[in-house]
This record gives sequence, structure tokens and C-alpha cells, in this order.
Amino acid sequence: MALELDSITVRYGRTTAVSDVSLSVRDGEVVALLGPSGCGKSTLLRTVAGLEKPSSGAVRWDGADLAGVPVHRREFGLVFQDGQLFPHRTVAGNVAFGLRMKKVEREARDKRVLSLLELVGLEGYADRRVTQLSGGEQQRVALARALAPSPRLLLLDEPLSALDRALREQLAVDLARLLREAATTALVVTHDHDEAFTLADRVAIMSRGRIVQVGPPAEVWSSPVDVETAKFLGCSRFVPGSFVGLDVERVGLRATALRVDSEGLLEGTVLERVHRRDHVRLLVEIGGEEYEAVGPVSVGDRVRLAIDLDGVARVG
Amino acid sequence: MGRAVAQARAGLSSRTGWSAAALLPLAFLGLFFAWPVLAIVSLGLREGGVLEAVFEGDTWELAGFTLGQALASTIVAVVAGMPLAFVLARCRIRGLGLVRAAVMVPFVLPTVVVGLAFRTFWPDGGVLPIVLANAFFNVAVVARTVGGLWAHTDRRAEDAARALGASRPRAFLSVVLPALAPAIGSAAAVVFLFCATSFGVVLVLGGSRYRTLETEIYLRTVELFDLSGAAALSLLQFAAVLVVLVLGALARRRRETALALRGREELARRPAGGEWYVVGAAFAVVVALLTPVVGLVTRSLSTRDGWSLAGYVALNTRGDRGTLAVTGIDAAVNSLRTAFDATLVALVVGVFSAVVLVGLRRSGARFAEVLDTALMLPLGVSAVTVGFGYLITMDALPGDFRTSPMLVPLAQALVVTPLVVRMVLPVLRAVDERLRQAAAALGASPSRVWREVDLPLVGRSLVAAAGFGYVVALGEFGATSFLARPDAPTLPVVIARLMSRPGELNSQMAYAACALLMVVTVGCVLLIERLRVPSSGEF
Repeated sequence: MALELDSITVRYGRTTAVSDVSLSVRDGEVVALLGPSGCGKSTLLRTVAGLEKPSSGAVRWDGADLAGVPVHRREFGLVFQDGQLFPHRTVAGNVAFGLRMKKVEREARDKRVLSLLELVGLEGYADRRVTQLSGGEQQRVALARALAPSPRLLLLDEPLSALDRALREQLAVDLARLLREAATTALVVTHDHDEAFTLADRVAIMSRGRIVQVGPPAEVWSSPVDVETAKFLGCSRFVPGSFVGLDVERVGLRATALRVDSEGLLEGTVLERVHRRDHVRLLVEIGGEEYEAVGPVSVGDRVRLAIDLDGVARVG
Repeated sequence: MGRAVAQARAGLSSRTGWSAAALLPLAFLGLFFAWPVLAIVSLGLREGGVLEAVFEGDTWELAGFTLGQALASTIVAVVAGMPLAFVLARCRIRGLGLVRAAVMVPFVLPTVVVGLAFRTFWPDGGVLPIVLANAFFNVAVVARTVGGLWAHTDRRAEDAARALGASRPRAFLSVVLPALAPAIGSAAAVVFLFCATSFGVVLVLGGSRYRTLETEIYLRTVELFDLSGAAALSLLQFAAVLVVLVLGALARRRRETALALRGREELARRPAGGEWYVVGAAFAVVVALLTPVVGLVTRSLSTRDGWSLAGYVALNTRGDRGTLAVTGIDAAVNSLRTAFDATLVALVVGVFSAVVLVGLRRSGARFAEVLDTALMLPLGVSAVTVGFGYLITMDALPGDFRTSPMLVPLAQALVVTPLVVRMVLPVLRAVDERLRQAAAALGASPSRVWREVDLPLVGRSLVAAAGFGYVVALGEFGATSFLARPDAPTLPVVIARLMSRPGELNSQMAYAACALLMVVTVGCVLLIERLRVPSSGEF
């Protein structure tokens, strides 16, 4: 058990940002803290980094309490949303920073910097000024900088949120590969479930300062713990399980739960259609209620719909 | 349980740590400022009659005129300084170094000399020349302080406003001006205090008709020996200054945003369109600033018999019939040395204070405002009072301090320190806290974070503050005139002495000394410009 959070509570004056959170991260595991903005996930990350002091509870590493260990002695790497590169240093100067703090010899340092720049796909950028880099490049440098001193734990605070979509998806895949290859233990904070599921071995859902559910991405995705979590994970309608032929009290339907299919058991009228990247999203009226569905049809059409269980989440 | 206590103590300890660190600058202020000033005031109080003096109708008229002329001067200085700040921060045009030097020169000129220079245009003195002369000194404060922040503020917010349909003036008013507000507020506070306590200019241009608290304190102490009256006025001046400082601190606190600091090279560009009007205005200000300076140089070279270098040659002597105890050259060398010591002291105290202020504020200590305000106080207290105070208190310190060569530098450092704080603090505050946190997470201890992150980022403003402080110390007159020993005067003291004595050679020599002081100033300023090379790569 590498990182262990034991009943952490963080208060600012009267507001409680994090409330009695316990969570553990195993050696080499990537855990994502997923939740809407303001749920306390960033505060929790900052507490792990040592930038906030918990009002009660303990942060432990390999069983040892870190309460008295200041930020700079924790050996935790930290990546912010917007890089926060040192503007007065070059790319190499930024990456080498942590190694200099560890008093690594110049030769070994230079070698490590080059290998990290290669790792993040920025060969030949060593002498560039960081102010001349694009957002994606800056974020890669920030990642290289955090990884250079081989931190015991990597803390990523919305690492991809400031980037545009295509770049974000590309970088998420790169980052996932990177974390696996380096067998990095990491805690990622994000509000984007795609990002969380791409990166993490386990996902912890946070809501109003508490962790409401922890589990592997597939499990969290298919069985959210409550309606609120299910909504956050993309479910727009909630119906009795019998509606989709499942023996549970309640299920949440994502847009992909209903698919146009001539063999389908349900029947409805298409009210709206919108082109998404790889499918057509429909709004269909079935028995007086509106449901989202997918399929290539026109507005006004009567359609038959089949249930796709990949789009159904058992709630509760 | 034990852990909770330990954690509470850790949170407390960072606050107590910073508060303890704040005691050092406070001790410096207490010993070299509060004590001398209080000693003078209590001397006056013991003689009685202070309350009567405060409630004389005359007194309130004095106070009103003091604040009124200071306000008017501040407005003129800010209005004239803004176009210069824009040009210095944002424009890529020829002759920038010249503009920079031209802005700095007035700031260092001895006040008495500037008073005389303005008197050539207004022989009878008056309110207008007083206001203009005070503004003339302080345009530099506005241009440098505001320009310093402007040079680093991101241009894109302005571009965004323009894209949203704001005209150029509108974008300036709604986006740029609010971003610059902390710097403008800082500069205006400093200028106001300088103007409210300005001494030489008012003495020369106001005569007995227009008196401020400062000149009245001087007249009552030196000419009427009315110590209780002087003490009453000192107290009043102190109170007024305190009010202004508190208001300034409140205004400053409202706006403290993390700015995206960027290098000037990426922001400066050739002016376009309406910006040329601003550039034109800036150059008009430069011409206006240079007029008295050129007049001074012309005067130093012209005698009744036509052009002559007699004044400059005389610098190697002790003046007409031994007016001085040392030669002009000796005084110049002494000036340079004294100002160096003063700058060193002010940099150490000022930078330390700025760091403590940022730390205090970050740990949420209310104490920060107290320290911030206390550091500004020396600007607002009569230099005459401070000088006199030194004479009666420094005896008590061990090691015959009153005759120590450090006495004058310490008094000058008192004036320079607030400048250093005001120049370094805005930049230090503008550094994104997460940048420091990133460095800490990479293994940098707090002191290492300061060295690796803060210091390089404030480097430029530090160099500027050092240069600025140096020229201010060079030109300091009020306190120095009281404290400099006759065998070790500074150049401004020598100039005043030469002016007060008859003889054409003396006045010729005084003007030459002024010109010399200007040359030294310009030299300093150009040197600083040279040092401000863009940093690249490893610091």
C-alpha cells in the first residue's frame, strides 16, 4: 500500500472542502479522482502534495505519517492544469530543475533530461524558451519536469483540461501509455470521465467533499452508486429495470442505450436529430415520454428501437 | 490527538515565523526612525503649548495648502507619467534609452536647484510653479513603477476587449487601467507623500506666502526656535500622512491578482494608429522635463563675460574664499560612496521586508498591513525632524554613533527603503503561487524556491530599484544637510552651501556641481539599462 488517505477532512474557516475521505493507491497504480468542479478533488490532491494541511486525518506513505513532511521533502511530482513552467528557464532548464534539487551530477542530469524529452515526444526542444511553446507542448514539458526526479507518486491536477479536444484525446492516450511504461504510481484529478477512464486503473468519484464510489472504470461506468453519480456519468433518464429487461429496481439510460433497430421491441417517433462525431443522436418519443437514442433516421419517422446494454447503468 | 495539535502548531508556526521575521524591519524602523522622531516630538511636548499650536487657524490653513498642492502635483505627475510608462513598457521605437534617462534625471536633482530653475520662469514664485516643480520630480516614479508592471502584463486581455467591440480608449479604460491599478496606486501614494513633505522647492518658490507644514517646521525649528510649534506641526503632518497611508493600503488590498507575467520583448511593438498620439504626448513630457535641465546646464556654462568653464574648473577648489571645507571633487566622491552604502542597506531591508510582506499575506496574517504601512511612514515624515532627531538620540548608541560615517547612509536608506519595497512588492505578488508550489514539489526548500523562482523573476525590478535608490540617495538633501559632517559633505549639501554664499564663482561652481550630479545620474541610469539584458536559459 503506497499512498493511504485516512479519514481526511479539510476545512477553510466554516466551509468543509473535503469531508472524511479515505482512499488508498497501490504501488504502480493510477487512481483518478473524478467529480464536478467544486467537489473538493483538487483540495484533496493539494493535501496529498502537502500544500494544504488536513484539519483531521492522515496522509501516509508506506505506513509513515507525512504530517510533518513539507512539500519539498515528499518526493511527489506535481503537474498543474496550465503547466506553470518557469518562464525564465529553457525547456531543458525546466526539466532539469528537480534533478538539480536532488544534486544529480550534470552529466547524468543532461542524459536524463534528453531521455525524458524523448519520452514526451519533444526531442530537440531542449534549448527552446518555454514562452514560445504551444499549450500541448508546455504540458508535455510540465510532465517531463515532474517525472525527471523519479517521484514516488505523481499528482496530476486536471492535466489536460486546458488543451483543445483533439490534442486532449491524443495526449490522454500518450499519458496513459507513459504512466504504464514507467510503472508510475499516480493520482489524477479530473472532471472528464473519458480522461479518467483512459488513464486510471481505479476511479474514485467525488461529490460535495466525499468519495461516493471507488472501483475499476468499467464497474463504476456500468454500476454508478446513486442517481447523482449516474447523471454525472452521462445517464439522462432513469427507469425501472424491467423497462430494459433487467431484474433491478432502477437503471440509468445513456443516449446509446436505445438504438434504431427494425427488430427492436420499443416503438416511438423521432422528434430531433443531431449529428455527433461518430453517430447521430436522436430525441425519440416513446409512450408520451422523451428518450435519447442513436441511429440514422429522419425527424418525424416512426422507428423501432432495441436496447443496447452497454448504454445501461444499474444504479444503486 | 497529538497529531492534530502538531498540525495546528505547524499552521500557526508559519504565521508566527513570518511575524517574527517582520520584527527585523520593524526594529530597523524603530531604531533609526521612530526613536529619533519621537524624541524630537517629546522635546516639543515638554515645552507645552502644542495643543494651542494645533488649533491655531493658521495651522489648518497650512495643512490644507500642504495636502492641496500635494494632490494637485500628484495628479499632474500621474497624467504626465502615464504616456511615458506606455512608451517605456510597450513601444519598440528609437531613443528609448534616452527617454528613460530623461525621465530619471529630474528625480535626482537637488530640490533647491530645481526651485531656482523654475524661478527663472516664474520670478515671483507661486502655486503653479510649486505644483509643476513637485510634479517634475515625480513623473519618474509614475513612469517607472507603472511601466514596470505594464511591461509584464499580458496583452491578450486588451486584445479580447477590442475583439468584443471596445474602442482602443475603451479597452484601455476597462481592461488595461484596472490591471495597472495596483502600480498606479503605489506610485500615486509615493508621489503624494513626496509632494506633501517636499521641502526645498516650496521654500524657494513659496517664500513666506505659500508655506507647507514641512517648510513651517523648518522655519520654526531653525529660525524661531519654536520647538513646541514645530512638534505640533510634526504631529499633524504625521497624522495626515498616516491617514493617506491607511487609505492607500486599503486601496491596494482590493486588487491583488496573479498576472501572467511575460517578457517585455514579446509585448513591445511598434506603435500603431492612435498610439502615436500617446507617443507624441510622451515626447512632449520629455521636452518639458528637459527644459529646466537644459536651462541649468546653460547656466553652468555662461557667466557675465560669456561662455566659460570657470565653474567646472572651480570644482577642484574649495570655492570662493574657502566657502567649503573640502573640494567639490572630494564631495562628489563622498556622495558616491555614501549613496552606495545607503542603497545597500535599503536593498537588504527593503527586499527582506517585501518577502516578509508576501509571506505574511500568504499565511493570512493581518499584521501584513501594519508592516506595509509602517514601511511607508519615513516618506511622510519631515526630513528635518528625522535629521534633528538623529542629532539628539544617536548619542545614546554605543560606539560614538553620531560621528559614525554610517549615520548619513542610514538616514538616506530610510528614504530609499520604501521605494525598494514599492518597486519589488508588486512583481513579487504577481508571481503565481502555483509556480512556487511546482518548485517546492520538485524538491526546492522555501529558501531555494525564493532563490530559484522569485529572485530571477523580480531580478529586473530589483536592479531598477537599486539604481533608483542609488540616485535618490545621491540627491537626498533634507536629512543629509543636518547630518553630514562639514569635512564630509555630499554634493547636494555643497550646492546649497555655495548657493547661500555670495560670489559669482560660488554660484557658478554650484551650477557646475549640479551638472556633475546630472552626469553621474545619467551614467547610473544608462548603466542600469545595460544591465537589464533579457535573461535567457540558465540564470
